[in-house]
Amino acid sequence: MLSKGLKRKREEEEEKESLAVDALWLDPGHAAVAQAPPAVASSSLFDLSVLKLHHSLQQSEPDLRHLVLVVNTLRRIQASMAPAAALPPVPSPPVESSMADNLLASSDAALSASMASLLEDLSHIEGLSQAPQPLADEGPPGRSIGGAAPSLGALDLLGPATGCLLDDGLEGLFEDIDTSMYDNELWAPASEGLKPGPEDGPGKEEAPELDEAELDYLMDVLVGTQALERPPGPGR
Amino acid sequence: MAGAGGGGCPAGGNDFQWCFSQVKGAIDEDVAEADIISTVEFNCSGDLLATGDKGGRVVIFQREQENKSRPHSRGEYNVYSTFQSHEPEFDYLKSLEIEEKINKIRWLPQQNAAHFLLSTNDKTIKLWKISERDKRAEGYNLKDEDGRLRDPFRITALRVPILKPMDLMVEASPRRIFANAHTYHINSISVNSDHETYLSADDLRINLWHLEITDRSFNIVDIKPANMEELTEVITAAEFHPHQCNVFVYSSSKGTIRLCDMRSSALCDRHSKFFEEPEDPSSRSFFSEIISSISDVKFSHSGRYMMSRDYLSVKVWDLNMESRPLETHQVHEYLRSKLCSLYENDCIFDKFECCWNGSDSAIMTGSYNNFFRMFDRDTRRDVTLEASRESSKPRASLKPRKVCTGGKRKKDEISVDSLDFNKKILHTAWHPADSVIAVAATNNLYIFQDKIN
Repeated sequence: MLSKGLKRKREEEEEKESLAVDALWLDPGHAAVAQAPPAVASSSLFDLSVLKLHHSLQQSEPDLRHLVLVVNTLRRIQASMAPAAALPPVPSPPVESSMADNLLASSDAALSASMASLLEDLSHIEGLSQAPQPLADEGPPGRSIGGAAPSLGALDLLGPATGCLLDDGLEGLFEDIDTSMYDNELWAPASEGLKPGPEDGPGKEEAPELDEAELDYLMDVLVGTQALERPPGPGR
Repeated sequence: MAGAGGGGCPAGGNDFQWCFSQVKGAIDEDVAEADIISTVEFNCSGDLLATGDKGGRVVIFQREQENKSRPHSRGEYNVYSTFQSHEPEFDYLKSLEIEEKINKIRWLPQQNAAHFLLSTNDKTIKLWKISERDKRAEGYNLKDEDGRLRDPFRITALRVPILKPMDLMVEASPRRIFANAHTYHINSISVNSDHETYLSADDLRINLWHLEITDRSFNIVDIKPANMEELTEVITAAEFHPHQCNVFVYSSSKGTIRLCDMRSSALCDRHSKFFEEPEDPSSRSFFSEIISSISDVKFSHSGRYMMSRDYLSVKVWDLNMESRPLETHQVHEYLRSKLCSLYENDCIFDKFECCWNGSDSAIMTGSYNNFFRMFDRDTRRDVTLEASRESSKPRASLKPRKVCTGGKRKKDEISVDSLDFNKKILHTAWHPADSVIAVAATNNLYIFQDKIN
């Protein structure tokens, strides 16, 4: 990190890349901005930001300022990439906006879920004796499913092991044990996050029955026996 | 307090020359992570200069008194005390390692022969007492010179122990440990003008402590949302007003500063004043928020103004005007077109500090390539100087540096692309009265003085 030798070369490479991107948003009024090239440049910026977010989330104790700034920047980038959608205000996750691009939707929900889960971790850290989050089984089936399917992406990105130990019903039993490393409520926050927006977004209209079956199967596979012990939620 | 030849002089004016005085630290190209200086602070008189590093150590330098036999060493800072303030810790509850890096040091005003300072890492604040011992008692009755206890029955006569001079020994001892009050990372501590209390701020909360009481603190600001998913802003710095003991400010990652009055309510979640400069729509970008994030906020010595540092500029605010800053000084505007690269290599998240001179007529802050910038508020002149080994000859004047932004590069100018972004000056300090500055460049501490001194 402190080596001087590599500096110049890296600067040159970055310079080329930054020139491409810089030209775009420095001149927002330019006609070219509305065309295809901005989407390409922005998507690389988007990818970079997602990468940064995940790197940040993988830290044992992430720098909250860095995390918040990256997430806010990512939201800004997303907003510019889907200008047609009427995005709800910041606190509600943008899952409800009409996004034809599945990748975008899953990344975003993954983002929300990742961010939400991390921030939930942090509030768990404050007091493990706090009441278990009332998130696990809530929400009508349509919501849970619609939210859960995209967040499979989050599961992939964050690693298969993380989903295993989460079980709000068992939280009381394991109060003494530090599960903050494993608490990654991928499912719950996604459904929780969908709550603020009362209206169903167009994104949820995609074949809910099929997703429910897939979801159950995947849950069984990933979570194993704990899925059987989990109290049945509404609609399951 | 502000001497005639001291703080009153303009920073970059013709009648003023910053010269190299000293450099502390190893010369090695290979820098140990633990030796990287993470905070620099003069005490209230300026006679002591403290540094904290990533290894949790504190080194205190003391200014030499005037000495006719060695005129050249007048005003030189030499090591006074070194001690390990914080050790790496492991939080067993959360399975997390707590860094020993010293985030901030703040001196207490001196009340007796001993010196006191507060030093903090991410989680724990410690009050250290630094005292001198230059006398030793000799001639005890119950123990002999080796320290071995004498048999009381063998004593036939009593004597009064006498004090004899000894080589100066400086001892640092931890007097208070203020722990377990912060869930998030402490970024600031600030001693109150009442000399009894101080505040500590982390990403989401600010606590008020009494210096004598370690087992409890009062939470005075809490911006943690009920639902952490709604978190969009964190606290980045906080400071008490230098004279009004009920007033403090805190800055945020969204470029806002809130001034709070502790008399209005116990929990100061509602600010008395709100300072924010409206965003310039023509320079709006994806990185607008990141570069507006305030990394440091400092009251002027007078208490009438305050200064905030964001990524590209330093702003001076009049406490009576919330709508916009009084002055905006560009630190390295040439970086605005490089923000994407700086975002990629994370440099855009660097937190630069800033400081006032003793008379509040000049301000200083760091930049990259071991450059630091000074702005004279009276003459509106600014200068870029460099902390480097090359210009480290005793009493050598520092040559102003210039960054070439495009087109033809003049001789002695450096182009933006040649800047070394690993050499960042994040921490600087200005003597409270004299024209002496301390600049931390990675693991080296540079001390510069003006020629008149």
